[in-house]
Amino acid sequence: MKEVLILGEVKDASLDPRILELLGAGKKLTEASGDKLSVLLMGDRVEDVAEAAASYGPDSVYKIEHPLLERFNADLWLAALEQACAEIKPSILLMSHSFIGMELGPRLAYRLDSRLTTDCIDLTIDSEDGRLLGTKPVSGGNAICVFKCAGQTQMVTVRGNVFPPAESGNAGGAIASINVTIDKSMSRLESLEIVEEDTVALDKANVVISGGAGLGDEDGFEMLEELAEALGKSFGSVMVGCSRMAVDKGWMSSDHQIGLTGTIIAPDIYVAVGISGAIQHLVGMVHSKKIIAINTDPSCNIFKVADYGIVEDFEQVVPALIKRLEEVL
Amino acid sequence: MTELNIIICVKQIPDPEAPLSDVSIDAENLEVVVDAPQVISPFDENALEAAIQLKEELDGKVTVLSMGKKLSDSVLRKALAAGADELILLEDNGFEKLDSHSTATVLAAAIKKIGSFDLVLAGRQAGDWDSGQVGLILGEMLGLPCISLAREITVEDGSVIVKKTVPEGYERVKAKLPALITVSNEVGELRYISRTRMLKMMRGGDIPAWTAEEIGVSDDAIEKMNIASLTTPPDMTRDCQFLEGSPDQQAAALVDVFVSLR
Repeated sequence: MKEVLILGEVKDASLDPRILELLGAGKKLTEASGDKLSVLLMGDRVEDVAEAAASYGPDSVYKIEHPLLERFNADLWLAALEQACAEIKPSILLMSHSFIGMELGPRLAYRLDSRLTTDCIDLTIDSEDGRLLGTKPVSGGNAICVFKCAGQTQMVTVRGNVFPPAESGNAGGAIASINVTIDKSMSRLESLEIVEEDTVALDKANVVISGGAGLGDEDGFEMLEELAEALGKSFGSVMVGCSRMAVDKGWMSSDHQIGLTGTIIAPDIYVAVGISGAIQHLVGMVHSKKIIAINTDPSCNIFKVADYGIVEDFEQVVPALIKRLEEVL
Repeated sequence: MTELNIIICVKQIPDPEAPLSDVSIDAENLEVVVDAPQVISPFDENALEAAIQLKEELDGKVTVLSMGKKLSDSVLRKALAAGADELILLEDNGFEKLDSHSTATVLAAAIKKIGSFDLVLAGRQAGDWDSGQVGLILGEMLGLPCISLAREITVEDGSVIVKKTVPEGYERVKAKLPALITVSNEVGELRYISRTRMLKMMRGGDIPAWTAEEIGVSDDAIEKMNIASLTTPPDMTRDCQFLEGSPDQQAAALVDVFVSLR
């Protein structure tokens, strides 16, 4: 029987939420085809996580447990994954378009002599030849392209926040161990240190306020922080993001970036300040429930996707907004 | 260590910042038609900047490789004007719409023809197909240590130390040279190039162009992207309600909106 395999990621010793989306995507494929659905988990010890994964109803869960897999190391994970794929022989391999998926995907595709389609927003099966079709935005979001997957193992990475997460299912699937042969010498990178930075979980915010080139300098973002604070009293999690221009100019770090090459988000409210709305930015926020735009140029693209617009200098309107919010909310 | 030999792979693409109105889809020929000037793909410009900075610091040579069916050497001469030493075009009728694996095959063949090198750099992904694969596949093909998403690169004592972006922040990793690095935008934008310098480079000597045959890539070693369909994205536009009046009035109206959404 053909097998659809999901590479599950483990985060803080529990199941990464993205894996539920992959399970959702995987179920959609296997319910139509009748193929087997399985999940592969790697780490030092993943027994608990494997049981958590099993509760979502895949046909089986594989675990690879090895002390060297405790932390993500691309060379070692790749070696383990290559060996696991040789044993499981999946017809389809689904990965998240995460740091891990982005790094392992292309290299694994090479090693399996397969081809990979990255950052897919939809997956279907070609009704004629049964091959996997991966849909992804290209040309900065100006076009939607469907690629036909090639190779014995058809590989895709899947964009987050696109597929609805799977709901818990029949936890009847077996948990099996896969043994791999890896050793330290396979790692060609030496990790000197990991420096933690304040991670900006923009995709978890209820409200995101973003600034762009129109802010003129990095001081503008302080005003947006004040606005975020004022809104935070009523809206829970409010965070500040930015466009790529603001990153390129060095005003904000790249983990704040909303867009095709940054984070793709769909908050309840998105406020774009001084952002003209380049397509690659729009791709990252256009699914927000309500979009508010503040910009001096009435003809700019951002107003085309906005629900509410204010044509005014942000330095005039944002302080007035903060003052009013503090009075009313 | 003597000089540092850097090879950087850049892609020529239509300007990805082109407005939507300049983009159309040729669904029959499965092509995105962009009525905009050709440029060097943005992340490749970042990688070029990183390469030139390393060369300035340590001395060495920066060789730029670019592959395509028909390349504009006036677009790519910008790399020379920025400070690269050599530009080599990989041009062939077959080098069109290649998939990532095939693109890496062509680049690997050209790099083997060049021979010795310490570093191969590439942008993290190209601004047209956004696939993000060629650099890493190339590293695998050449059997090199692969480092992705670099934001800072330093070279010392035959090793490269890279700050690479990871979910927690960044990780400093070390690898022995030669190595392959994919570069992200944090390394900084490509330096300003004066018009005089650009014009001088435009009048420079001939740029070598290698064909598939000259680098030993046979027809059956490369495949085109397997595209089933290409369509325009769903309409994203909404009816924008503009809030009018003085800044205070606009702010008041917007607060009413916030209240209604609470």
